[in-house]
Amino acid sequence: MNTLVIAELSEGKLRKSTHSAINFARQTGAPFSILALGPGAKAAASELASFGAAKVLAADDAAIAGQVAELHAPTIAAVAKAGGFDILVACASSFGKDVMPRVAAKLGAGYAADISSVKAEGGKLVYRRPVYAGNAYGTCELLTAVQVVTVRQSEFAAAEPSGGASPVEAVATAPADPAAARVEFVGLEAAKSERPDLGEAKVIVSGGRALKERFAEVLDPLATLLSAAVGASRAACDAGYAPPELQVGQTGRVVAPQLYFAIGISGAIQHLAGMKGSKTIVAINKDADAPIFQVADYGLVADLFVAVPELIAELKKAQ
Amino acid sequence: MKILVPLKRVSDPDNANKIKVGAGKVETTGLEWKPNPFDEYAVETALRLTENGTNAKARLGEVTVVTFGPKETETTLRAALATGADKAIRVDTTDDAIDGDLLARALKALVEREKPDLVLLGKQQVDGDANQVAQLLAEYLGWPQATFAGQITSEADKALLVSREVDGGSIKLRVTLPAVVSVDLRIVNAVGVTSMHTPPTHKYSDGVRFAALMAIMAAKKKSLTEVKLTDLSPDTALKIKYTGFDLPPARKAGVKIKTVAELVQKLKTEAKVL
Repeated sequence: MNTLVIAELSEGKLRKSTHSAINFARQTGAPFSILALGPGAKAAASELASFGAAKVLAADDAAIAGQVAELHAPTIAAVAKAGGFDILVACASSFGKDVMPRVAAKLGAGYAADISSVKAEGGKLVYRRPVYAGNAYGTCELLTAVQVVTVRQSEFAAAEPSGGASPVEAVATAPADPAAARVEFVGLEAAKSERPDLGEAKVIVSGGRALKERFAEVLDPLATLLSAAVGASRAACDAGYAPPELQVGQTGRVVAPQLYFAIGISGAIQHLAGMKGSKTIVAINKDADAPIFQVADYGLVADLFVAVPELIAELKKAQ
Repeated sequence: MKILVPLKRVSDPDNANKIKVGAGKVETTGLEWKPNPFDEYAVETALRLTENGTNAKARLGEVTVVTFGPKETETTLRAALATGADKAIRVDTTDDAIDGDLLARALKALVEREKPDLVLLGKQQVDGDANQVAQLLAEYLGWPQATFAGQITSEADKALLVSREVDGGSIKLRVTLPAVVSVDLRIVNAVGVTSMHTPPTHKYSDGVRFAALMAIMAAKKKSLTEVKLTDLSPDTALKIKYTGFDLPPARKAGVKIKTVAELVQKLKTEAKVL
């Protein structure tokens, strides 16, 4: 086995999701290399040289601009073939989920999406992945010689540097797919936020529809005080109280912070699927029968508009 | 514009916490079947792209729905026909005999027969949760893809301006047809789809449309053909094998706290997370 980790860059900067994919590679026990693509790849490659990779490869090419699958997939596939890599891994972020199936199809490889764990058994890799919104787990194997995998960020902790200095090598960009000529990258609208990313935050303050138009007004001070990321239920995003990128759930972000506040969130299956891996869950809801209380470690039956300001005051006192 | 929409039935997602696992499979007996919600959004998107919203009965284009499954999955197709799709195809197979990759290979053959300008899919099935078929199909066809679309604007039926929902924001792509697009849930908001056929003053209601009784009756007369899986893909080998399923340990309900002061106290001294 020889694993290739696909690094994730956004606007030229390395994303922390990459370190979850490195964690997977270390768990397989096989040697691994890392590939960074696009403008900024060279700098990202130097950042990744201390993680114990056999090589860190960089296709630092302005032609691979923007998060366009058709521009990334040909080079990933070409590097995999040239280097004899048979396991390809990326984080199951929106980038990984977009690009990696396309790479799998190019290589005739099987694809295991959003896996939660991996085990090496008798020379084979056995994967476990959540299905039915995390209400069941499937154990699976890929039956192909080359295997493509995306890993769930909340289940694979970010790898720490292990020292050493992997050789960094430049690799050439593969010729673009004809399909690439029919995609134009118009732009990325990144949500401007000083807060940590939902996938990396130690504390998350999430709100539901009950917050109405006062979503930010009520939650922002609490999130700032705790250096937390802000999340939201699907209902809050759908109603327009919170922007879509804050959605936590089966089809939004899947998170597992140390501390998760569910404020005014009833606890639909869809939402629970995205946060029930959190270490400690606090629920504040005025409906004592809300399903969220069935997964919360600490439940407070209260009017959130009273309880949240009180919580802020109490936390400030305790600091 | 000709649009192909693949559909799948799934066991009722609202009852996902009632699922049981049997010998190597998820037990679906006794669970109610429903169309995969994201596939319903794809049908709604296809309808909005092929009509003048002020006169939604006349189709300005063609919407074909396809499903892979046994005879009883035709219910899912008839439901889509009743909301406005023009014709339906059922590829005869069972869930156990296919995986995402075989589905994508068979869809490729179907696309070559049907020649749609656009394949619209739900971004994921809420049972398998793999989120892969659109991307695999796009690569097999050599077509551009736009995944997790939250907004689509059709530009003269030749290109689509797609706003993709991604971690930390959104990405706008312009794809020239033919293309493959997978949709996210906000596509069915009132402003999710902007079609060249519909005046900008027209406002859709949020969500998917429901079929009128007359339309349900009329849908029984619409074309529904059956195709053999092997006619589309002689190679029916699977690339993934599930050896077992299990249920995650249930998270224990914790304690109810009376006051905010007590909560902060517990978080500090008991959970030690502050």
